[in-house]
Amino acid sequence: MTRRIAILNALLAAAVTGAWAQQVLINAGGATFPYPMYSKWFSEYKKSFPNIQINYQSQGSGFGIQQVTAGTVDFGASDGPMTDEQMKTFQDKRGSAILHFPTVLGAVVPAYNIPGVTATLNFTPAALAGIYLGKITKWNDPAIAGANKGVNLPGNDVIVVHRSDGSGTTYVWVDFLSKVSPEWAKGPGKNTSVNWPVGLGGKGNEGVSGSLKQTPNSIGYVELAYAIQNKMAYGKVQNAAGEFVQASLASVTAAAAAVKDMPDDFRVSITNAPGKGVYPISSFTWLLVPSKIQDPNKRKAIKDFLAWMLTDGQKMTEALLYAPLPKSVVDKEKKAMDKIQ
Amino acid sequence: MSAASTTGFSARPSGRASTFWSRLRSGDEIAYILTLVCALSILAITALLVFELYKNSTDPRHKFGWTFLTTSVWDPVAGQFGALPFIYGTVMTSALALLIAIPLGVGAAIFLAELAPAKISNALTFLIELLAAVPSVIFGVLGIFVLIPFLQKVAPAIKAVLGWSPLFSGPFYGVSMLSAGVVLSIMIIPFIISISREVIMAVPNEQREGALSLGATRWETTWDVVLPYARTGIMGSIFLALARSLGETMAVTMVIGNTPQIRASLFAPGYSIAAVIANEFTEATGQLFQGALIELGLVLFGLTIVINGLARLLVLGATRKGTRVA
Repeated sequence: MTRRIAILNALLAAAVTGAWAQQVLINAGGATFPYPMYSKWFSEYKKSFPNIQINYQSQGSGFGIQQVTAGTVDFGASDGPMTDEQMKTFQDKRGSAILHFPTVLGAVVPAYNIPGVTATLNFTPAALAGIYLGKITKWNDPAIAGANKGVNLPGNDVIVVHRSDGSGTTYVWVDFLSKVSPEWAKGPGKNTSVNWPVGLGGKGNEGVSGSLKQTPNSIGYVELAYAIQNKMAYGKVQNAAGEFVQASLASVTAAAAAVKDMPDDFRVSITNAPGKGVYPISSFTWLLVPSKIQDPNKRKAIKDFLAWMLTDGQKMTEALLYAPLPKSVVDKEKKAMDKIQ
Repeated sequence: MSAASTTGFSARPSGRASTFWSRLRSGDEIAYILTLVCALSILAITALLVFELYKNSTDPRHKFGWTFLTTSVWDPVAGQFGALPFIYGTVMTSALALLIAIPLGVGAAIFLAELAPAKISNALTFLIELLAAVPSVIFGVLGIFVLIPFLQKVAPAIKAVLGWSPLFSGPFYGVSMLSAGVVLSIMIIPFIISISREVIMAVPNEQREGALSLGATRWETTWDVVLPYARTGIMGSIFLALARSLGETMAVTMVIGNTPQIRASLFAPGYSIAAVIANEFTEATGQLFQGALIELGLVLFGLTIVINGLARLLVLGATRKGTRVA
């Protein structure tokens, strides 16, 4: 009898250790903006934990939201937080809530090509909104020139360039414009793609930068990391405290730290954040993790990865030109991980 | 024509003497069934495609009805969707592309098939077929970095000469329907040349000999005898080219300017159906937005059928009027 129990115990132990060493395959997908960072994280993580394989398809935030709701990926990723309606759809479909986890921060910068102007231009929120609404049509308009004393701006037409593909970059840009301009909020509004009042559409960051390079007197918006890598000229933007701030990893992280009352679900927009030294067109990007994960192996793997991402992972962000999360957000996220069951 | 002669005896294998089983054993029946299944599968794929497009576009079809085709506001935030600027952009760029590509393509095909020495003809044909295999994104990149700077240089000259016409009015930013049309024409020329050359070369030599013996010059032979004989095949190559340009996505979106508006000027930026689907589908959230993009797919499908149908009627009319040698 005792022998039988011993054998049974041995078998059980074998089964458990077998489960430990088992390969865990996790499918994820969504946002393209943080993809270089995620791809680095997933490959580094696999080096440390060879039995965990995370496959990420960077097909866009819309894809991430859709696929995590449908349950075809284990977690999604998005540059814009899910809307209340989307969260309700998830709740109805899956019988549990969806959680948002901020991973890194990004920023969007106004880039321009004005022949003869080498100085870094200052942009007020009103000037940017006016340009993109088509109200400001000349470079020497007082709304632009007023903030750039001493710069010899030409009287040429401003040629506006925007993204033609739906993108998180656009979302952050128009989210900022919606906050600073009531006319923008009422008109085009905010989304990953909007009905642009003026301008040419370029596909992707490369499409916008290509148009900027070839079109004199043009202005467009691109991802900060993209602007730095491609040595594009980009301007300073006036923040809520009235300072003109150039986007940098530090000024972007400052924007996240400026959020005083971070909501429990982390769905917060940090554009036009208050405080000094804050770059106003900044944003989180999120992982979308279901609060209920049936498979215990997957649940453990995802929670382990999140814990690693918030500690070791954050140290890798600056090399890839992403701004790391402020400590306050990291601490809050660590607590929120308990909600995954 | 060779095509006509094969369809001549394509009827189902029959004959009273052979039973089903003997035909099966000899392979005829198997071949018949197999090829029938192949043919039916094309039908099934097309039907399934239309069905899926139709089913998944329920929301916008119910909300907008036919106004989807006649309005021009595209506002994902407000949930307003109208397809007209995209239809216009698709038709305009394809028309421009054909306008450039047909004379160039058919001209080149005539030279290669009728006039050039065989060695040169073969070498050039090889290059042209290579061109047909270049991915469209490459054409798009060349469009941005080579064609657009070039057009920016010649645009003032075009404006000086043709500026009176609404087709060339307004400022030229580089990205425009003109650029898209030119890039498309470069992409479809290889199709026209390659197929037209084959068709012209397939014209029986007796036709040429007959014309020459009646005293026609070489060019008269080509123009009055060879080309009418090959007309249906050449038209086929143009249809294929048209289909490619209507559905082209990547190269167009890189140079068209992606602005949903209707402007008479070719210098103005526009947008095409395939381009907007590719641009917005990945980030489209919400049933209505996605449905609207899928309905655009349905519209492109319908547009292709209508344009092809019209073109076929045109060809039919032309061949009836002309000297039908075939």
